[in-house]
Amino acid sequence: MADNKKAVVHVRLKDGVLDPQGVTIQKALVQMGYDDILAVRSGRFFEMEIKADAADIDRKIDEVCSRLLANPVIEEFQVETPN
Amino acid sequence: MKFGVVTFPGSNCDYDAYAAVRHILGEEVEFLWHKSSDLKNCDLVILPGGFSYGDYLRAGAIARFSPIMQEVIDFARSGGLVIGICNGFQVLTEAGLLPGALIRNSHLRFSCKQVYLRVENTESPFTSGCSRGEILQIPIAHGEGNFYHFDGDIKKLEEAGRVAFRYVDASGQVTPEANPNGSRENIAGIINAEGNVLGMMPHPERAVEEILGSSDGLRVFESVRDACVASRLVGDN
Repeated sequence: MADNKKAVVHVRLKDGVLDPQGVTIQKALVQMGYDDILAVRSGRFFEMEIKADAADIDRKIDEVCSRLLANPVIEEFQVETPN
Repeated sequence: MKFGVVTFPGSNCDYDAYAAVRHILGEEVEFLWHKSSDLKNCDLVILPGGFSYGDYLRAGAIARFSPIMQEVIDFARSGGLVIGICNGFQVLTEAGLLPGALIRNSHLRFSCKQVYLRVENTESPFTSGCSRGEILQIPIAHGEGNFYHFDGDIKKLEEAGRVAFRYVDASGQVTPEANPNGSRENIAGIINAEGNVLGMMPHPERAVEEILGSSDGLRVFESVRDACVASRLVGDN
């Protein structure tokens, strides 16, 4: 029997949307002495395990991302399917 | 008039909203459970504050798919009155019933304090009893109340008169200092294009008696009750 599939999803704020968390992390890094780091953008990361025989899975993952994992008003996502 | 207050797992202002409507406003009110699909013939639905589903993923993101929300979405789309307060506002944006998004406060801290709001629109049923420019003192309590939308969309909202409330100072001026969370253009509350859905970050249900520090929040509940009765959206009661 085939192994289950995996998908990895990265969700980040769109360019231009303020990321207060990223800004605060960057400021902390500078305070720690890492003043080479000019900007930080934060995001979220998801791993999904998917049935080996799932049909039409690319479309479903895309749907899952835009309906739930990301808020398309302010965020964008990237999907990787390693196998 | 019959109000409904939705209870999600993690709602914590549902009893405050219930008490404000029942004991102060003196209207009929029912709790609506998140797993139910029955709006119990309510004339208006309140989505209360709190941390529905633990605020997991994004505030309001999971609540938006609960069974009761499918009914609330249909109700709103057919013209039913809906008020989303704090977490309820976040749920409404996630559900696509209101535009924009509520992101992390610009200073990253949870902010719990009294603020001043200026009434920007008196056409909506939620503010019809207020006068334009009237100042209301109502508390906020949120970590993700920073109203965000793109420049063009903000402009459209403003031009269409869909900004209900802005954060102002005690004298009614829109200033950066009066903005508690970084919201664009100091926006504290908006209405949908049809005028039957209001979302606001401040908590009117926590400002309904002088003993609470202010009774200004009652203006919102009285406005919508009076507008509703006047337009005969309700039956004989």
